[in-house]
Amino acid sequence: MSGRVLVGVKRVIDYAVKIRVKPDNTGVVTDGVKHSMNPFCEIAVEEAVKLKEKKLVKEVVAVSCGPQQSQETIRTALAMGADRGIHVEVSGKDYETLGPLQVSKIMAALAKKEDAQIIILGKQAIDDDCNQTGQMTAALLDWPQGTFASEVTLDGDKIKVVREIDGGLETIKINTPAVLTADLRLNTPRYATLPNIMKAKKKKIANVKPADLGVNLTSKLEVLRVEDPPQRQAGMKVETVEDLVGKLKESGKV
Amino acid sequence: MAALGPLSRITRLGCNFCRNHRLVFNRNSQKRGIASCIDPSYGLTDEQKEFQKVAFDFAANEMAPHMAEWDQKEVFPVETMRKAAQLGFGGIYTRPEVGGSGLSRLDTSIIFEALSTGCVSTTAYISIHNMCAWMIDTFGNDEQRERFCPDLCSMEKFASYCLTEPGSGSDAASLLTSAQRKGDHYVLNGSKAFISGGGDTDVYVVMCRTGGKGPKGISCLVVEKGTPGLSFGKKEKKVGWNSQPTRAVIFEDCSVPATNRLGEEGQGFNIAMKGLNGGRINIASCSLGAAHASVLLARDHLLVRKQFGETLANNQFLQFKLAEMATKLVASRLLVREAATALQENRADAVSLCSMAKLFVTDECFNVCNQALQMHGGYGYLKDYAVQQFVRDIRVHQILEGTNEVMRMIISRNLLTES
Repeated sequence: MSGRVLVGVKRVIDYAVKIRVKPDNTGVVTDGVKHSMNPFCEIAVEEAVKLKEKKLVKEVVAVSCGPQQSQETIRTALAMGADRGIHVEVSGKDYETLGPLQVSKIMAALAKKEDAQIIILGKQAIDDDCNQTGQMTAALLDWPQGTFASEVTLDGDKIKVVREIDGGLETIKINTPAVLTADLRLNTPRYATLPNIMKAKKKKIANVKPADLGVNLTSKLEVLRVEDPPQRQAGMKVETVEDLVGKLKESGKV
Repeated sequence: MAALGPLSRITRLGCNFCRNHRLVFNRNSQKRGIASCIDPSYGLTDEQKEFQKVAFDFAANEMAPHMAEWDQKEVFPVETMRKAAQLGFGGIYTRPEVGGSGLSRLDTSIIFEALSTGCVSTTAYISIHNMCAWMIDTFGNDEQRERFCPDLCSMEKFASYCLTEPGSGSDAASLLTSAQRKGDHYVLNGSKAFISGGGDTDVYVVMCRTGGKGPKGISCLVVEKGTPGLSFGKKEKKVGWNSQPTRAVIFEDCSVPATNRLGEEGQGFNIAMKGLNGGRINIASCSLGAAHASVLLARDHLLVRKQFGETLANNQFLQFKLAEMATKLVASRLLVREAATALQENRADAVSLCSMAKLFVTDECFNVCNQALQMHGGYGYLKDYAVQQFVRDIRVHQILEGTNEVMRMIISRNLLTES
C-alpha cells in the first residue's frame, strides 16, 4: 500500500469570465482570457490534502494534462498542500482534441506507474461539463468508483463514500485502489497561504510526454460547430387555465 | 449573460428590483481581473500572480459580500481580518522569524491592491497594522520583536499608529505629547487625534517628545491597551473608512516601561517617517484597487444601460472617458510598483518616489472612482451600488499618511535643495 493519492487538476477558463464564441464558430475564445483551476478540481485537491493531514495517506501528487500553462495550475495545487506535480505535456492539435477518454488513459497509465492507491478527480470540468474522466479511468483500471462524492471516509483498505444522486444521498463502501470524483459539497477548498505559495516554488513538477506512458491521443470526436445559446424569448401571459393548456398543446409541449 | 439580465431588467423598470441579484452582479464583476488592458497581473512573476490570486479570491469571497454592511453598521471585522492573517496578511513585509511573511514591498502592494477590491476601509486598516508590525520588527530589539510581533502577525492583537495630534497634523514634528523619564519608566501626557483603530486595538506605536523641540526630540514608544492613564475619545463619525473605528488616544500620567521604547531617544521621528514611506505605497495601492473595481463596474454598466435607443457603450464621450480612466489607472499602477521596488532596494530616489506615487495615485484614482460614479447616473448615488463606497472610502487617502500637499513639499524640497 503506497499511500499515494493522484489528483487530476484541469486548467479551464475562469468561472467568472464571460465566455465568447469565436467568430468562425469553431470554439470559444481562449487567447488572453483568464484561466484558473477547475473549481471541482480544487475540491479534489482539498480532499486529498485533508487525507494527508489526517495521516491516512502519505503523498499527494497533482497531475495536469495540457500545454506549458498547465504548470500554473499544478503550482496552485502545490500551494494548497500537494507534495509534487506531474505535468503531462499536450499541446497544439493534440490539446484541441484532448478529451475525457485521452485523459483517463493518461491517468490510468500514471496510476500504474506511480503505484497510486486513490485517484481523486473533480466530478466534471466547467468548460466541457463531460463528467466522464473519473468513470472512464476507473473502467480502464478495473477499479471501483465513488463518483459525486459529498463525503469520503477511509476505513482500513475500504472507502465509505456518500454520493449525491438524483434521489438523494447514497452510501457505498468500495475497496481500494479506487477512483473518487468530488462533488460541490465535499469540502470548502482552503486558500493557499503566503508561506505555502513560497514553499510550493521548491516542490518538484516532473515533465512527462503521453508517448512515454504509451498513450495514444487520437480522438474519434470532431467538433462541428460551437454557437451561443439562443436568446431568451419573452414569455406571454394568459387569462385562464384553459388558455394555458391550449397554448401548451399548440407548441407541442403537451 | 446571466449576470447582465437582472440589471437590464432594472433599467427597463426603472426601480429597485431584484436587490439580491444586483448586489451579486456587482460582486461578480468585482471578482476577477478580467483579461484586458487593465489586468493587474501583467508583468508579474508566477509567484506574485499566486499571491495576487489568493488576495483577489479572499477579497471576493470574504470581504466584498460584507463591504456595504461593514460600512453601514460600522463593524470592525475582527474575524475576517484574523482569517486574512492566517493566510499571512498580518505581517506581509515583517520578517518570518517573528511570524511575518517576509515578502517584498512590491508583493505587498500587489496584495493590498487586490484586497482593496473587496473593501478599501478594511484593507487600509490591515495596511496600517502591517506598518506598525514592521516598525517594531525593524527598529525594536530582539526582546521587543519577540514580545509584540508574533501576536501582531497573527492578528491575535491589533495595532495603531499614533503620530497626529489636534495641534500637529502636517507639522508632525511639532507634536506635544510628552514622555518624561522617571526611573525605568516614561510618563506620557497628551493626546493623539484621528487614530485608526483607536480604542479597539491592543498595541499603540506612539511618537512622543522625550527631548527638546523639533524632530530630534521625538522618541517612539509602544503603549499597550489597559495601561493605566490610557483612554480614548468618542468614536468619530466619518464619511468613509467606517469599518475601522477612529478615536482620539489620550495619555494622562500614563506610565510606560522604558523597555517599550523602539530604538534610541530622538530616533522616533525617523522611525515614524520610515514607516510612512511604506505606508504611502500601501495607501496608494488601496486606491488602485478601488479604481480598478470602479472601472470594471463602470464598464459593465455602460454595456447594459440603454438611453436614446442604444447602450451607453456606444456613446463616444463615454468610450473616451473610460479609456482615460483606464489609462490613469495603469499609469498609477506602474508608478506605485516602481516606488515599491525603489523602497525595497533602498534606492536614492525611494522617498521621493513614494511621495510622488502617493500624491499622483490617490488623486488620480479618486477621480477615476468619481467618474465611474458619474457614469452610473442616479444609480451611482445609491448605497445599493458599490461605486459610491469606493469614492467615499478613498477620498481620505488624499489626506492621511501625509496630505498630498505635504507630498508636494517633500518632492519640491528634493528638487530645490539640489543645486
